[in-house]
Amino acid sequence: MTVNAIGEYRFAPRDLEANFHGQRLLYLGWDRHLMFCSPFAFLVKPQMTFAELLEQVVMPAIAAHPDSARADLRQATWYLNDAPFSPDFDASLEANGLRHKDMLRMDTPGLNGLEGSCS
Amino acid sequence: MTDNKKKLGLKDKYRYLTRDLDWEPSYQKKEDIFPHERFEGIKITDWDKWEDPFRLTMDAYWKYQAEKEKKLYAILDAFAQNNGQQSISDARYVNALKLFLTGISPCEYQAFQGFARVGRHFGGAGARVACQMQAIDELRHVQTQVHAMSHYNKHFNGLHDFTHMHDRVWFLSVPKSFFDDARSAGPFEFLTAISFSFEYVLTNLLFVPFMSGAAYNGDMATVTFGFSAQSDEARHMTLGLEVIKFMLEQHEDNVPIIQGWIDKWFWRGNRLLCLVGMMMDYMLPNKVMSWAEAWEVYFEQAGGALFKDLERYGIRPPKYVEQCMEAKQHVSHQAWATFYQYSQATNFHTWMPSEEEMDWLSAKYPNTFDQYYRARFTFWREQQEKGQRFYNNTLPQLCQVCQIPAIFTEPGDPTKLSHRSHVHEGERYHFCSDGCRDIFKNQPEKYVQAWLPVHQIYQGNCGGADVESVVRDYYNIELGVDNFEYLGSPDHQRWQLWKGEKPLAPLKQAS
Repeated sequence: MTVNAIGEYRFAPRDLEANFHGQRLLYLGWDRHLMFCSPFAFLVKPQMTFAELLEQVVMPAIAAHPDSARADLRQATWYLNDAPFSPDFDASLEANGLRHKDMLRMDTPGLNGLEGSCS
Repeated sequence: MTDNKKKLGLKDKYRYLTRDLDWEPSYQKKEDIFPHERFEGIKITDWDKWEDPFRLTMDAYWKYQAEKEKKLYAILDAFAQNNGQQSISDARYVNALKLFLTGISPCEYQAFQGFARVGRHFGGAGARVACQMQAIDELRHVQTQVHAMSHYNKHFNGLHDFTHMHDRVWFLSVPKSFFDDARSAGPFEFLTAISFSFEYVLTNLLFVPFMSGAAYNGDMATVTFGFSAQSDEARHMTLGLEVIKFMLEQHEDNVPIIQGWIDKWFWRGNRLLCLVGMMMDYMLPNKVMSWAEAWEVYFEQAGGALFKDLERYGIRPPKYVEQCMEAKQHVSHQAWATFYQYSQATNFHTWMPSEEEMDWLSAKYPNTFDQYYRARFTFWREQQEKGQRFYNNTLPQLCQVCQIPAIFTEPGDPTKLSHRSHVHEGERYHFCSDGCRDIFKNQPEKYVQAWLPVHQIYQGNCGGADVESVVRDYYNIELGVDNFEYLGSPDHQRWQLWKGEKPLAPLKQAS
């Protein structure tokens, strides 16, 4: 369907990759850790390796959660846009196939949030 | 006018001052005079079938409203002279007013603009006059709200720049985008969105909680505003119902269009109201009722009867309404948890409920609070006591349509965040729900333009590169004064001084 309008109604998307000055949006959610109220929105360089993403971006983001100390992100089960995903930790995000505005989810089996409440 | 009676009867006066103001154009076509009346696909065959819901003429309107204003301002004066700000239940309450002033009052102004516009675009004089009066009501509401709350601005922080904040602050893009969406729609969709879905179906869930909340918490200024606006609101609800019935009765082709709008605007309104839910359950020191109870009384019961009544036109209850039955047990907790962790970027304070308040929450939410939220809030309170008050130092993923962070849980599974995505013309978009994704899919061109605060910060369009400078310079939120935790805040300290207590030292604000 389309917009009923009094004239032509077409606009460029506001969040095109070109508007982010060489960086990309990447979203990441941690399953069963809803203490973080929503998935994170990160701004990342596509040349960064997946290992660097984990160390420099993801670990600081989740550090406030007591489960983070026990979370081995390299052993996590990963999903990219809801499909199973096996990251190559030494390859860049680009080489891992992560595109602008993609969504990652990580599941750390055995870790079920604060007192098992999935928080 | 043929008779020479000095004084007109009400009925005549009414006719002369509404329908009689209209005329049949002779040198312009009606379609050219009202160019926006047809593009939405709504078919109007006879504007004379419009039943004026207000039965009010402009002269009576002025007189009536002026009397109400006089009373209102007399009470506001008395409130100020008696230092009414010291008689409220607790200074935490004022944070509900900060949310109202930045989140709701500017929407009243948006409603004024919207009604003023659509009142120009209807071929029927009755509808034009009704919209004109509602436009003036809305303008009066924003003014009286600002005046009622201006007294608090002298004694509490965060109320100093509400229009600026409404246009810029991340969470205020939620109400702002709601009205932007309605106002940029055609005139019939605007009325379905605001008059029907919002004013008729959902307004009691906004108005009653805030006004009862004010009454329960000793805020006579806001209560008086509420009384002053109440008769207007009743009129607006009547207009909402008239609008929808009129359109439905005009042509059967209107039914599916209107159903689509009801689905859309119910869902958008329901999302917007989670702000009210958290206000009721968490921000009122003296609670009125729980959000779930309010939803049951004002939506499930009242709305249930309404949609039964509309069945004969072929209208069914809004899509996804059943998801709200479950969500009413969750959304207030989810919203408060969000504001608590992003309090560094809000113009009001947040705090963790006391043990006693948590017991109230578990009594009101026996199936959800203890199981899903208590551990989270207890942990945060313990962290705070250790001097490690939790703030989330990342930015959240926002829904492309409602612009709320994707905080809601999956229907049927409160342990999992609800997330939907959709690829449109090669771009990926993210949503909090099926309801929001449906809205996008129906009109993708509208929502690809969404001004999402998080993405705007990352694009460098909100000043500095770090959150602190965005909050300070772009939002005009004074750091350490307007934002962060309530305990130990300047508001809290001032309140303690008024009450003869020793002010609590500010908490360390780092997470």
